[in-house]
Amino acid sequence: MSLVNFTTREITCKIVYYGPGRSGKTTNLHYIYGRVPDSRRGRMVSLATQTDRTLFFDFLPIDLGQISGFSTRFQLYTVPGQVYYNATRRLVLQGADGVVFVGDSQARQLDENLESLQNLQSNLLEHGVDIRTIPLVLQYNKQDLPRELILSPADLDDALNFRSLPSFSADALHGKGVFETLKGISELVLKKLAAGTAA
Amino acid sequence: MTSALNPKYSFDSFVVGAANRLAVTAGRTVAENPGSAYNPLFIYSGSGLGKTHLLMAVGHAAKKGAPALNIEYLTLDEYVEAFHAAIAAGQGDAFRRRFQNVDVLLVDDVQFLTNRKEMQSELLRLTEALQVGGHQMVLTSDRPPPDIADLDERLISRLSGGLVVDIGAPDYETRVAILRRKAEERGAKFEPGVLETVADAESGNVRELMGALNRLVAFQAVNDRSINAATAKQLLGIGAEAAPGDGGKGAAREGAAPAPRSGDEFGDFLADVTVTVGKAVEAWRARVGEAVLRWEGEGYRTRRLEALLERDTPAAVDEVITAFTQDVERLKELEAEVAELDPQAAGQSVFRDPERLGEAEEVAAKVRDGAAPPPGPSAAFPLGAYAVGPSNEVAVSAARAVLKQPGKKYNPLVLVGKSGLGKTHLLNAIGLELARGKRAVVACLSTQAFVDELIAAIDGDRVDWWRARYRRATALLLDDIHLIAGKERTQEELFNLFNLLQDKERQLVFTAPAQPHTLPGLEERIASRLAGGLVAELKEPDREVKRAVLERMLGQHGASPDPALVDYLADRPADSVRGLVGELQRVVGAAAAQDGPLTAGLAREVLEGQAPRDSRRSAGFRTSGIVVSSLGGIKSREKMVWDWSDVADRVIEEFR
Repeated sequence: MSLVNFTTREITCKIVYYGPGRSGKTTNLHYIYGRVPDSRRGRMVSLATQTDRTLFFDFLPIDLGQISGFSTRFQLYTVPGQVYYNATRRLVLQGADGVVFVGDSQARQLDENLESLQNLQSNLLEHGVDIRTIPLVLQYNKQDLPRELILSPADLDDALNFRSLPSFSADALHGKGVFETLKGISELVLKKLAAGTAA
Repeated sequence: MTSALNPKYSFDSFVVGAANRLAVTAGRTVAENPGSAYNPLFIYSGSGLGKTHLLMAVGHAAKKGAPALNIEYLTLDEYVEAFHAAIAAGQGDAFRRRFQNVDVLLVDDVQFLTNRKEMQSELLRLTEALQVGGHQMVLTSDRPPPDIADLDERLISRLSGGLVVDIGAPDYETRVAILRRKAEERGAKFEPGVLETVADAESGNVRELMGALNRLVAFQAVNDRSINAATAKQLLGIGAEAAPGDGGKGAAREGAAPAPRSGDEFGDFLADVTVTVGKAVEAWRARVGEAVLRWEGEGYRTRRLEALLERDTPAAVDEVITAFTQDVERLKELEAEVAELDPQAAGQSVFRDPERLGEAEEVAAKVRDGAAPPPGPSAAFPLGAYAVGPSNEVAVSAARAVLKQPGKKYNPLVLVGKSGLGKTHLLNAIGLELARGKRAVVACLSTQAFVDELIAAIDGDRVDWWRARYRRATALLLDDIHLIAGKERTQEELFNLFNLLQDKERQLVFTAPAQPHTLPGLEERIASRLAGGLVAELKEPDREVKRAVLERMLGQHGASPDPALVDYLADRPADSVRGLVGELQRVVGAAAAQDGPLTAGLAREVLEGQAPRDSRRSAGFRTSGIVVSSLGGIKSREKMVWDWSDVADRVIEEFR
């Protein structure tokens, strides 16, 4: 998928929120949805189970309007976190311009985080994408939980962020860190324009 | 006629938000590098969003950066008025000149060009002149160039050729920031929430915002009491029903989000993305556009760069521009080289098209091959073989000084002396030494050959080529410069060549039989130039020189020189080295005929002669062709024939 189309003067960024089950990917999208003016957002498509787990994926298109003469659109996706939906995850990842890895800060979820990160790497590889080249940021969600239950951002960086990627601590339910994360990934994705190697 | 820049309108007082960040950045860049960054810079926006402020800020910043700059701000209407006044006064040209010399021209409200054809063409001309001169133009309008009704296509493309940026309506945060700054400027204090209320009114125009603020300031001043948010709302007519969207959104915000974050996270995000996209997308397009403009302006084809603009993804933009620039630089080198060799070939279009660099290289190679170097010095006259004595010391030391600092010390060097004293030898010797230098192109030839070459060049219609050939020379050495006498065209060419080479500090050496000013038929300008360097005289050879010459000559014949012979010959009066050599050759010839040794006795016999020659000696005076030496020996047969001045004498000789 072409990130920048100079003939139609469009910029389209596909950003995928990835991470283990229940880490808060959909919550991120909901918060963003609530902050975007009606005129700027499309319908948020969410296919959820009755227990509010993402079944297929969430999709939120945002229209940023004309920027430097380009009509700019962001498409935000989430993947289902549960292990057995891997085919869906792979499908959603196709053509992604950037990935937000939403990690669960709870200490007991550390293994799930690692597993999901490895899963992301192998799924990207299936599409011929090296995880080291695609724009990627980390979000450590649920930092609002009691200290004794969670790992600090520094600990999580040690455990997950071995490439010193931009990382953001967040409380997606209340919105803390949500837009910071989105800005972070947008910047990486758009900077790739300048490098001239659109994904 | 021209409005002064309002000192209030500077970058410092301009509140920057997402909607105007790009325009401000562009403005600052232009102010820092007028004429080189985005030229022209075209700013458009709706009314009251800060076009004029930004335009004047550019002027202030540019003035601050370089106080010597000539900066003019005016509205299009003022420009039109001034133009009409100038035309009425018959000062149209002066008007044009005046504006073409402005370093930074700031024109406000360009949209009023609609239906003004003559002003459009005037502006087009001005834009072209300013761009060519590297002067900056910044224009503002309420709409982008293509949307200005009835605007000339060429003007549209000119105005859009630099950077076109818009200023959008300020977002909420920017509005609050503007209100705070303006309130501060007015020394007004408001209760918390009041300014936010004003900003919430979502007026898309800073001027209206100012109007609202002014009303509050006035109300506070009149009533002498500070107002709260509710009063402000009432005062400004912003009721709940007046802005239902706002109220609704606010309520939703409060209800749904106990968020610790500021109000407009999406707005912040949008601002950030705008800046990033601006940097990423437009920056490279602007870079390519600049490169195209620049090289087009210099007359080069820019197809390769234009192709880049049509591409979907900007792959390796900088590499392409760098490679293109390198190609152009190479073309420039080639063209300069060719221009020196063959000025006619330099005008070819291949030197203006980087896509045809290969062809250009070929053309240059051909020209290089075709341009034979000018005739060089003869290898038969090495400096080492030049006999030095008191009679030519001055000339030889001058020659050595010239070789040490060619073109700098004695330029020109003129060797003066009678025939046969070794001027030609010394000239060629200097030439040979100069030719040893790296990249040296030494032109060393007789003036007669020089004249003949020019005649042939005129005949073949390639005088340019001929000139170029000599202009390349790092040194020009002409033998027997007096032969140029009466050759007007050659004197003209030599005069020009002389000046050119002397300017470039290239060595010039000439030989002449007498002091330049005494040479007949030589134009004064040439003679004075020759005399302007060093004129070194060679005198009749002294004994030392003669001995050196004799020893060398005898050495060449393989004979071990008989000291008595050398003494005898060296002691004989000789007015030139050539005469001496002639005598020696006669002795050598006689020795060879007799198959005997070379001795002083033989020499005496040959040179002083016996009776038959004596009887002829008196007769010799009757035939003017025979020159008799004071001691009775005929100097040389060749010389004798050479000296016959006319046919009559020869007939008498034949008859006799």
